[in-house]
Amino acid sequence: MALESAETKIVPGALDPAAIDEPEDEVFEKRRIGVLAWIGIGWLGLVVLIAILAPLLPIKSPTLGDYVHPQAGMFTPGHILGSDDSGRDVLSRVIWGARASLLISLGSIAFGTLIGGLLGLIAGFKGGVTDTVLSAFFNIFLAFPQLVLALTLVSVLAPVKNSGGASSGEWAHRILVVILAVGIVSVPLLGRITRASAISWSQREFVMAARAQGATNRRVMFREVLPNVMPAMLSIALLGVAIVLVLEGALAVFGVSIQEPDPSWGNMIYSQLSNLNSAPTVWIVPSVLIFVSVLALNYLGDVVRARFDVRESAL
Amino acid sequence: MSRRKRAAAPGTERFADAPLDGSLLEIEDVKTQFKTPRGLVHAVDGVSFTLERGKTIGIVGESGCGKSVLSRSIMGLLPSNVVRYGSIRFEGHEIGNATGNEMRPFWGTQMAIVFQDAMTALNPVMRIGNQLMESLRFHFDVTKEYAEETALALLTSVGIPEAERRLHEYPHQLSGGMRQRVMIAIALACGPKLLFADEPTTALDVTVQAQILDLLQQQQRERFMAMVLVTHDLGVVAGRTDDIAVMYAGRIVERAPTRSLFEHTRHPYTEALLKSIPKLAQPSHSKLDAIAGRPPDLVKPPRGCKFAARCPYAQAKCITDEPPLVDPDIPGHAFRCFFPVGSQAGADALTRNLAAGETATGLPVRKDGEVVLTGSTV
Amino acid sequence: MQVIVRRVIQLMVVLVVVTFFTSILTALLPGDPVTTIAPFTATAQDRTNIRNQLNLNENIVVRYGKWLGHFVTGDMGREYAGTGVRGQSISERIKDSLPRSLILMLYVQILTLLFAIPLGVYTAYRAGSRVDDLSNGFAFLLLSVPVYVSATLMLLFLSVQHHWLPTEGWVSFGSSPIEHFKHLAMPVLAITIGQVAVYARLLRSDMVATLQEDYILMAKSKGISDQRVLWRHALRPSSLTLLTVAGLNVGQLIGGALIVEVIFHLNGLGFAIGDAINRRQYIALQDYIAVIAIVYVLVNFAVDALYRVLDPRIRGARIG
Repeated sequence: MALESAETKIVPGALDPAAIDEPEDEVFEKRRIGVLAWIGIGWLGLVVLIAILAPLLPIKSPTLGDYVHPQAGMFTPGHILGSDDSGRDVLSRVIWGARASLLISLGSIAFGTLIGGLLGLIAGFKGGVTDTVLSAFFNIFLAFPQLVLALTLVSVLAPVKNSGGASSGEWAHRILVVILAVGIVSVPLLGRITRASAISWSQREFVMAARAQGATNRRVMFREVLPNVMPAMLSIALLGVAIVLVLEGALAVFGVSIQEPDPSWGNMIYSQLSNLNSAPTVWIVPSVLIFVSVLALNYLGDVVRARFDVRESAL
Repeated sequence: MSRRKRAAAPGTERFADAPLDGSLLEIEDVKTQFKTPRGLVHAVDGVSFTLERGKTIGIVGESGCGKSVLSRSIMGLLPSNVVRYGSIRFEGHEIGNATGNEMRPFWGTQMAIVFQDAMTALNPVMRIGNQLMESLRFHFDVTKEYAEETALALLTSVGIPEAERRLHEYPHQLSGGMRQRVMIAIALACGPKLLFADEPTTALDVTVQAQILDLLQQQQRERFMAMVLVTHDLGVVAGRTDDIAVMYAGRIVERAPTRSLFEHTRHPYTEALLKSIPKLAQPSHSKLDAIAGRPPDLVKPPRGCKFAARCPYAQAKCITDEPPLVDPDIPGHAFRCFFPVGSQAGADALTRNLAAGETATGLPVRKDGEVVLTGSTV
Repeated sequence: MQVIVRRVIQLMVVLVVVTFFTSILTALLPGDPVTTIAPFTATAQDRTNIRNQLNLNENIVVRYGKWLGHFVTGDMGREYAGTGVRGQSISERIKDSLPRSLILMLYVQILTLLFAIPLGVYTAYRAGSRVDDLSNGFAFLLLSVPVYVSATLMLLFLSVQHHWLPTEGWVSFGSSPIEHFKHLAMPVLAITIGQVAVYARLLRSDMVATLQEDYILMAKSKGISDQRVLWRHALRPSSLTLLTVAGLNVGQLIGGALIVEVIFHLNGLGFAIGDAINRRQYIALQDYIAVIAIVYVLVNFAVDALYRVLDPRIRGARIG
């Protein structure tokens, strides 16, 4: 006699595993990311957009001094965010500074992710001697204070010239140097996280299956393992961008970031250190911008990690 | 933090405190529900029994039937997302709706619990001695030396050799059996009147299991304790309990004095459990009687008898109506079934099902010699 | 004993690798280092002297070898201050500045743990409650504030606007304890604020996991108070990750210390590094970095030892 039950589906001979339904556990349900995450993405997108469009925007030149309105407060006509000691417009400097700071953070993390990610993938996938060597390399440098390494690298690769005045070639040169230096410094971190993720994914059965079907190591690594490792990489990359954004400011404190008169968020903050009361917008605005951006990046990094349920050991 | 100061040091007889009449523990229609994102899980769905001092009741059932939750529920050890209903009376005091804070004075001194896996139930970074002495020193006003002496005595009484040395060791340095003994010692340290043993031997080797069970029995006798022995293994409770309650899907499906349960089994589930125990008398390579199917969903339990889907005796009535827990023929032997084992109604039901090749719920049945097989083993 | 030997080897390896790396980079300098170092007025003879002094004629490996040889014997050389002028002794500088940095870091760690541990424990205990959510959100905010921003804010408010605390300088404990702490209050706090947030969150997540363990339930079932369960039973096993991070974090801490040293003119090792970078004293730089490497490894050594104390399972299987 067939059964009709409103509540439970009674499966005859239910000892057969294939016949058992998957439990509807919302632990496995993929939740949509929340409003906060979208706000974060929106903010970051906006900042990036404005930075890219800087030359096209109707703002003053960032290096042009306005001796009529030095140290203007907020909402002064003509200097909506105020001006610094030489009368340079804060809004404009902040926008152009965004270019510098963002280029540095995104560039260096991109570099680090590419190299660190690749090395980590190889280390995790291949194992053995390769892994031991690469791991040791990661661990030694990871341990070391990033700031010190970055400082050393930057100062060594592009020493600060005593002579004043900077040409645009100089600016570009310095940006590249900083990107390179910070990128190198970020390689160990990205490498280690990628490696951890690569190890855990490489041990899954589908990798063995791919190998068993005759795929070469390289193919397996890139087609099977890499796509799964990417969420971990993305999560740490987001955190990395936040770290570098802050790091740029630290580099400015030591005077090796973007040089005057070009602005960066970091050097704007530092420039006012000796006279905090006058022209406070000069350091408050970039501080707030850094804070909000870092907040957004940290949050998104967390969201990505939670979403993909990446299991990483304690950093 | 109020300490309960006791005039008498632990170890002295305290059963003079207990009322001479009335049971030690009386639970009535206890329900425990967990709030989960999926809905309310009815882990315990109306359980009642009474327990006297010095007696043991065995609670038997598969994993997920609610037996472990029951122990913790009675003790009040569950987290705050849990709702309890029903009456729990300990020595006449109603504790069914007591909060954690209210229950705390009972824990350790009046009732205690021994867990399944001693490796995870003992703090890995704390010495055995400290774990043992902790409750002593917390509940009673004793000196460190006295506590140490008592701890030593406890360890020895649970059969741990070289107790002196063990006091300073850590859990990972002991074998599984010894750890379990230590856990028992800890539970008994303050002389509780009621002990819950939650699958005390499941994590142990077979050879050690008997020793631990013997130990529990011995301690119980010496201390005149009441014990609730929770297990999935009927073999464990045979001969060691006064009464047995068989649980399924959060309810008691059969409850009887031990002997009666084995000799006059009434509920099909109990029968199935009994049959699934491999016996030495069986010829080797006999087919084992596993119970086909799996327990029902506790969030949305089915109407009618919860066991119907797996029961070889199931009839149409079992799907629509829930059988009540009654003891119509043998007093004190209650069961929850319309077509119980060993009755005419039951025998007829089985015959009908065998003839049809399946039960009212669509579960295939057939007979293989003397053995009734259900499910995909067919 | 084996452990100690292993550690010392590790120390050497880290030292060599990091400093070699630095010197390679120095060698990669575009352009001639001599021109950057020497002043305009230098003669050809001066340049040759500089060359010799800095061993620039030799190849990188030899150069490094010489530096390492000097360093290990304690001879850290002097800063280059021009022909015929004795530059300041580097080891003198280190002797002065290193203790300051260490003290700064010590205060930071102590203060951080003092705040982070109770916070972590409490939020784990009340996990899921509103207090927990609020505190978590707040922590998240705090750890997003860069050290130099909080330092600047504090400078503005506490020093410039209200003159409650001095803006800069180092006063040793010996000369005036009160001034000592007054001068260090802001630098230490600037770093602590962000650190507390990180540590508290970490401890909380570990504690929450620990509180699910069976032995916590067992402890509870003994009838002991919740406080006791939290602090006596749950905290110790949960603190292991915190310890690991605290150890690894020394690197970050050093970085943070560097920043505040520059901002508050504290004349510690960080300041010295910044100075060396500015004045292009590369040998000095290498020496400083080597010192940091040593400090770092020693701290890790200590962390490891502490690990063994906290978790007896790691103490080695010598027990019968």
